[in-house]
Amino acid sequence: MSGVRILVGTRKGAFTLTSDAKRKDWKVDGPHFAGWEIYHAKGSPADPNRIYASQTSAWFGQIIQRSSDGGKTWETPGGAIETTPEGMPKGESNKFVYDGVPGTHMWYDGTQHPWEFKRVWHLEPSLGDPDHVYAGVEDAALFESKDGGTSWRELSGLRKHDTGPKWQPGAGGMCLHSIILDPKNPKRIFIAISAAGAFRTDDGGETWRPIKRGLHSQYIPDPNAEVGHCVHHIAMHPARPNTLFMQKHWDIMRSDDAGDSWREVSGNLPSDFGFPIDIHAHEPETIYVVPIKSDSEHFPPDGKLRVYRSRTGGNEWEELTKRLPQRDCYVNVLRDAMTVDSLQSCGVYFGTTGGQVYGSNDAGDTWNAIVRDLPAVLSVEAQTLS
Amino acid sequence: MIRVVLPHHLRTLARVGDEVRLKLEGKITPRTILDALESEYPMLRGTIRDHTAQQRRPLVRFFACGEDVSHESPDTALPDAIAKGVEPFFIMGAIAGG
Repeated sequence: MSGVRILVGTRKGAFTLTSDAKRKDWKVDGPHFAGWEIYHAKGSPADPNRIYASQTSAWFGQIIQRSSDGGKTWETPGGAIETTPEGMPKGESNKFVYDGVPGTHMWYDGTQHPWEFKRVWHLEPSLGDPDHVYAGVEDAALFESKDGGTSWRELSGLRKHDTGPKWQPGAGGMCLHSIILDPKNPKRIFIAISAAGAFRTDDGGETWRPIKRGLHSQYIPDPNAEVGHCVHHIAMHPARPNTLFMQKHWDIMRSDDAGDSWREVSGNLPSDFGFPIDIHAHEPETIYVVPIKSDSEHFPPDGKLRVYRSRTGGNEWEELTKRLPQRDCYVNVLRDAMTVDSLQSCGVYFGTTGGQVYGSNDAGDTWNAIVRDLPAVLSVEAQTLS
Repeated sequence: MIRVVLPHHLRTLARVGDEVRLKLEGKITPRTILDALESEYPMLRGTIRDHTAQQRRPLVRFFACGEDVSHESPDTALPDAIAKGVEPFFIMGAIAGG
């Protein structure tokens, strides 16, 4: 029987929400890893039972958790008592060490600041191998593991890009938060960093280039600046890997040439500030955003929680409000907190900083609160189960 | 036998109870205790001290016989009461927040 499993990361643990294909009645499990921040949890496209979770704490640092049974049980890969041939204990699943001398990047005051690992923001399992997974971290870098999260290696060509010393953290830190794998070209990866911008590799991570032509940010006077654009999230439909949608700090942007150039498609949105952006599972021109009032007022305009949908690939947007709060609502929806399932009638889901997870089983026409009182939601990912 | 008390979240992570007991001989210091602890419970590596620099994480504190020894050298000998297992070595999460 088909169904859906939603993986929810929050400030105080992870939760799983499961339902059959009707998506009307939901079972809520959790909290897993109670008391820890779960920045992101995501399942492998190659094996839905394999799930990775980023568990972090200001006190105790980074932990990588892995499940091989769909989230029923979890383990820290390499956390068992095993030794390497040299007799050293393994337990390196949380060892994220920059390649070589880390160097420095721009700090808030314009001085140079050493690169320091803080946490994993995003885990992106590869498309074909459950043991192959990428991690986007703060301070911004891309790591990969080919042994199920047991050990990690930096793809350091990104951080060593010529512009690296000019990268500067956004308000939330200098995080690599978006990783998109091209389903038709395994050598091509897109990433985005706040507030360095978006980058693309065409050689599996050896070399990278900023993809920024057409991006304009009020606070960057140089229209040709290679880095500095505060990209909040990017999305790609697997059927059209050359088309990307971007929620920038301000502006909804679209590229039809794999990021070589961008054009604005904010159109009639009440605000083009926001964090998440996602795409309908079966309609590559249907996209979703959640407008937020401004960069200093992180809540919906007019206290009305509205998802906006464009069926034309941008520019023309319709508000989706049915059963969403339309008064006194001042929550935010963070960049990784929106997702879609791939059932025939596409499900759309998002979580809020107020702890609600809303779901729609009809592509956004109507919504229901699946759960209302979780800790602040950091990430939401859907797994469609057959 | 050295007794170690972990903070709640690390007990959960290592799947241990109120107290961990470690077989240790020779000079007993924070470093030798942590080396033995991480060897027995590899999932704790990186959570108490940094993987590479081996420095105590900023919001982790060490207590021995009622004294905060967090700022002592990790190679300072701990009191006999810790070495003989009369008193546990406490690893604690610092009070931080509001």
